[in-house]
Amino acid sequence: MSVIAFAKNWEGKFKKSTFELVSYAKDLASRLNTETLILSIGEVDESELGKLAQYGADKIISAEDSRLNILSSRIYAEVISQVVNKEGASFVILSDNNSGKAISPRLSVKLKAGLAAAVLAVPKSLDPFVIQKRVFSGKAFAYVQIDSEKKILTLSKNSFGIVENSVSLNIERFTPELADDIFKIKVNSIENADDKVILADADIVVSAGRGMKAADNWQPVEDLASVLGAATACSRPVSDDGWRGHEEHVGQTGKVIAPNLYFAIGISGAIQHVAGVNRSKCIVAINTDPEAPIFSVADYGVVGDAMIVLPKLTEIIRSGE
Amino acid sequence: MKILVCISNVPDTTTKVKFTDNNKQIDYAGVQWIINPWDELALTRAIELKEDSSNSFNEVCVINVGLSNCDATLRKALAIGADKAIRIDAEPLDAYFVAGQIADYLKNNPFDIVLSGIESSDYNGSSVGGMLSEFMDCPAISSMTKLDVENENIIIHRAIPGGKQILELKPPFVGIVQKGITNEPRIPAMRGIMMARKKPLDVVPAIELESLSHIVEFELPVAKVSCKMIDVDQLEELVDLLKSEAKVL
Ligand SMILES: Cc1cc2nc3c(=O)[nH]c(=O)nc-3n(C[C@H](O)[C@H](O)[C@H](O)COP(=O)(O)OP(=O)(O)OC[C@H]3O[C@@H](n4cnc5c(N)ncnc54)[C@H](O)[C@@H]3O)c2cc1C
Repeated sequence: MSVIAFAKNWEGKFKKSTFELVSYAKDLASRLNTETLILSIGEVDESELGKLAQYGADKIISAEDSRLNILSSRIYAEVISQVVNKEGASFVILSDNNSGKAISPRLSVKLKAGLAAAVLAVPKSLDPFVIQKRVFSGKAFAYVQIDSEKKILTLSKNSFGIVENSVSLNIERFTPELADDIFKIKVNSIENADDKVILADADIVVSAGRGMKAADNWQPVEDLASVLGAATACSRPVSDDGWRGHEEHVGQTGKVIAPNLYFAIGISGAIQHVAGVNRSKCIVAINTDPEAPIFSVADYGVVGDAMIVLPKLTEIIRSGE
Repeated sequence: MKILVCISNVPDTTTKVKFTDNNKQIDYAGVQWIINPWDELALTRAIELKEDSSNSFNEVCVINVGLSNCDATLRKALAIGADKAIRIDAEPLDAYFVAGQIADYLKNNPFDIVLSGIESSDYNGSSVGGMLSEFMDCPAISSMTKLDVENENIIIHRAIPGGKQILELKPPFVGIVQKGITNEPRIPAMRGIMMARKKPLDVVPAIELESLSHIVEFELPVAKVSCKMIDVDQLEELVDLLKSEAKVL
């Protein structure tokens, strides 16, 4: 009956989104009157694992095998399903990030468990199990009923929050049984863009559009992002024209993000753009056109030329620190 | 070698979402249907690979699980350059159902590479490609941003937060396509549209398969109350409000 959440680590460390996931799992388990089990895969030291108990992990299951240090959706799905079967769990929860998106569908087939992806809230009802998720990239919500006995959820970032709920530490080791022939993908190399704030994790995102007029005009955007410790993003035409990389494109056909603070600079606010950012807690729009549709979804607006507004704003924030 | 591209038939991205039947159904009246944007990128890349004679890709097919209203979208895929379309004749109940149907078709009709989009722009399930790879018991590449052939080896880039992995992999596998895989989706040319009429669009019956979930109701997000305008000469006020009112700085 228990609830299992998969706590992904990044080089042995957890992130805020992991703690949000554990908090959510704890809340769901309490509603179901059952235990919260947290599964960590790969090498994570005990003090880091211990952090999970602060958010209510009744038992932390650590599956360590040096072959598990590189994430493979196929192998991780296998490990998770072994643990689910061993524990007789009825719910599996993953974060709605790259790895959660990759693992959860495989797990769904393995366990014949219905999957609700990118859920946004606690369940609306437990029996039948109905839960809210985004559809049309945030233009609407759907209430999905999962009909199978086992159920899988992936949790959208910033949809539940982190809730402290300290319980005593209980770590159990688990050695999965893995056939050698599932280690098939050969990773030749990994390239990391250094010292950039990762868009998916960022609390603040500074995003700019065609209003910047040219790729060479991005310095003020970078400067504002840098003083705020923010990630940079852009609208689709900006990445299509090669002014910025594809990884920065947000919107219905790019990344869907939900930071605390989103700056939309020189972005008109097309429906496809807004779909990807409207779950931001606070939106600030900076645009020369007072009629720009972006102002109808923003919390704060400034009518003005970005090339003038941005350096001033950056200076005010810098001097206020 | 053969590539199969999964095609989802979705409302145009400019569609304003509305509901009927007490918010139980989407109101599709007047909606324009398109190839799911990521599927279109996957298809474009598959055709580029086929056209490049230095590799051994020689056939691109598209597959869809849907009713006859999807045929126009499949014809468009043929017009863009796919050789053949397959439609498994059933209402696509959920991602598990769709992936299971395609997997069953693949049992007797194997392909070397199966491509799907990273998500469909309607239900945002991000699931069909991953589920399919599990049904097929083969590797899947999530967030694939490059698919290329170098010295007969298949080279793949996978986007990871803040960077990319460069991988090598032998077929069969499922590639789950992210933006970057190609520059721009292809649009059908007149000649392609003419040729598409003569290309095969096979309708095959669905197998008996349950779905694991269904949607009971829809809802629209609550609209923002109103935007506070700040004078361009009062930017200090903006910073103050972000700190004290919105509490996001
Ligand atoms: C299938 C499909 C999918 C799409 N998906 C996405 C998506 O995922 N994400 C996305 O972003 N778009 C998407 N689009 C494109 C979308 O429709 C818009 O074309 C796009 O968002 C517009 O980008 P923009 O706001 O940067 O440019 P524009 O619409 O050109 O707006 C530029 C804005 O800058 C303002 N401006 C000009 N000069 C200045 C200045 N000096 N200072 C301040 N402001 C200035 C202008 O007033 C204007 O509002 C999609 C389109 C289609 C057809």
